[in-house]
Amino acid sequence: MTPVLQVRGLVRDYGGGAVLRGVDLDVAEHEVVALIGASGSGKSTLLRCVNLLEELDDGQVFLDGVDVSDPRADADAARRRMGIVFQSYNLFPHMSVLDNVTLAPRVVHGVERADAEERARDLLDRVGLGDRADAYPDQLSGGQQQRVAIVRALAYEPRLLLFDEITSALDPELVGEVLTLVRDLAAQGRTILMATHEMGFARQVADRVCFLADGVILESGPPEQVLGAPEHPRTQAFLRRVIAAGRL
Amino acid sequence: MSADLHQPSALQRERVAYRRSRARRSTLVAFLSTVVFAVAAWLALTSSPGWPRVRESFLDVDAALRALPGVLDGLWLNLRVLVVCEVLILLLGLGLAALRSLRGPVWFPLRALATGYVDLFRGLPLIICLYLVGFGLPGLRLTGVPTDPVVLGCVALVLVYSAYVSEVLRAGIESVHPSQRAAARSLGLTHGQAMRIVILPQAVRRVLPPLLNDFVALQKDCGLISVLGAVDAVRAAQIESARLYDFTPYVLAGLLFVAMAVPSARLADWAASRATRRRGGAP
Ligand SMILES: Nc1ncnc2c1ncn2[C@@H]1O[C@H](COP(=O)(O)OP(=O)(O)OP(=O)(O)O)[C@@H](O)[C@H]1O
Ligand SMILES: [Mg+2]
Repeated sequence: MTPVLQVRGLVRDYGGGAVLRGVDLDVAEHEVVALIGASGSGKSTLLRCVNLLEELDDGQVFLDGVDVSDPRADADAARRRMGIVFQSYNLFPHMSVLDNVTLAPRVVHGVERADAEERARDLLDRVGLGDRADAYPDQLSGGQQQRVAIVRALAYEPRLLLFDEITSALDPELVGEVLTLVRDLAAQGRTILMATHEMGFARQVADRVCFLADGVILESGPPEQVLGAPEHPRTQAFLRRVIAAGRL
Repeated sequence: MSADLHQPSALQRERVAYRRSRARRSTLVAFLSTVVFAVAAWLALTSSPGWPRVRESFLDVDAALRALPGVLDGLWLNLRVLVVCEVLILLLGLGLAALRSLRGPVWFPLRALATGYVDLFRGLPLIICLYLVGFGLPGLRLTGVPTDPVVLGCVALVLVYSAYVSEVLRAGIESVHPSQRAAARSLGLTHGQAMRIVILPQAVRRVLPPLLNDFVALQKDCGLISVLGAVDAVRAAQIESARLYDFTPYVLAGLLFVAMAVPSARLADWAASRATRRRGGAP
């Protein structure tokens, strides 16, 4: 079966030397892939390129076998089939939680307002935010905002979920509530590509871990292997630093 | 929310009483100093050698009453011009700001056109624009070109003010963090949808105070269409003044313009204070 996502030879250069220099990556249906790597290694850039928020300087991105990075392809249509959640939530501050969540279904997918709201309330209920549907983002805690952002990305049933360090802006005691939600999503069989600094979490939830360094995927495999017994010296050095920082 | 009401302690009650007495004192001082200043200004004015003649030709109540109907008629025209122009300026300004915010080399011609327009009409003095549009356009004798001075005056006002307003709106658009655009696009919204639903509402909220300020300025600049011969409040005052051999109609028209601007100014203040409190106002 064709993987949901295929990245081939992806290059991204902001003008000061390539950040990504030929990334190859597959994410199969129902697979959860964790992307790890040092700060500045290009994890966010990779996710943004996959979501076509950045222009590629070379290479291709296939979604369900179709090259969506082709300039002739409809990028908006491709984005509609992916949901991305950012490190800094990026909720729309002038809209209520409910409007944030129903925006894409209503405007992009043509769902009736009543139907979209019913579904949104149901989703919010499931993440424990049913009573905050009419609040505005700045009235919520960071963890609550991030859960809303995840629900917003789920609201239109995307084929692929992209999570960019969705817990790194949160206070430690709020990390748990968001990780629990991601764990549920993984258990439901969602297809997820997530950049993360939470190695323990990656080990528990991910089917595969990819280590990004020097603009390429240096090492990739099951979490026990990549995190437990890495082959590449760069991976070993990275994990030693992570352990020294107390994050494993 | 809270079940039982908090009873202030003796300490807090004493503090409240102190703050209140301070506030009373400041109010009293402000009031007295205002009265002293007003009396001094009034004495200086009325003791000046030319005062009796100025009072007669600028502050003649009788002349003011006789000029009032004509000036009010003119002011009604100003008001209608104002409303129509405001709508057109907002629409054109939005269009220009949107054009100037387009990214990518494909849009260069449109962007350059909008930039040229803004540069031209922001630099051109309104009065010159009024003359060029008001006397130049009809001079071409093209069919379909309006000759009504009111319409031509509106065209000139819209040309100049839309350039200002578009810059204010563009500043607002650019103050919205790019991550908001990214979030909107990632949901599958097109560029236009992201602009209309996510970026513009936040941008407008932030620039509402300067925007309203521009509209207060427009309110009085509406009086300039009189140079084209439109019988607005200024022109009416001029006519009445010539009829009555008295300058009072000008003072009357001036006071009416000020009276018209005060509500807008208060509205602008209110919007400004609301924008600072309101969510989505600041990044
Ligand atoms: N818009 C941009 N313009 C120029 N350079 C950029 C831009 N965005 C990112 N970069 C550079 O690209 C490199 C990779 O950035 P990226 O944000 O993808 O790293 P990251 O792996 O997500 O890091 P972190 O773990 O800190 O989030 C960095 O060196 C960064 O400075
Ligand atoms: Mg990042």
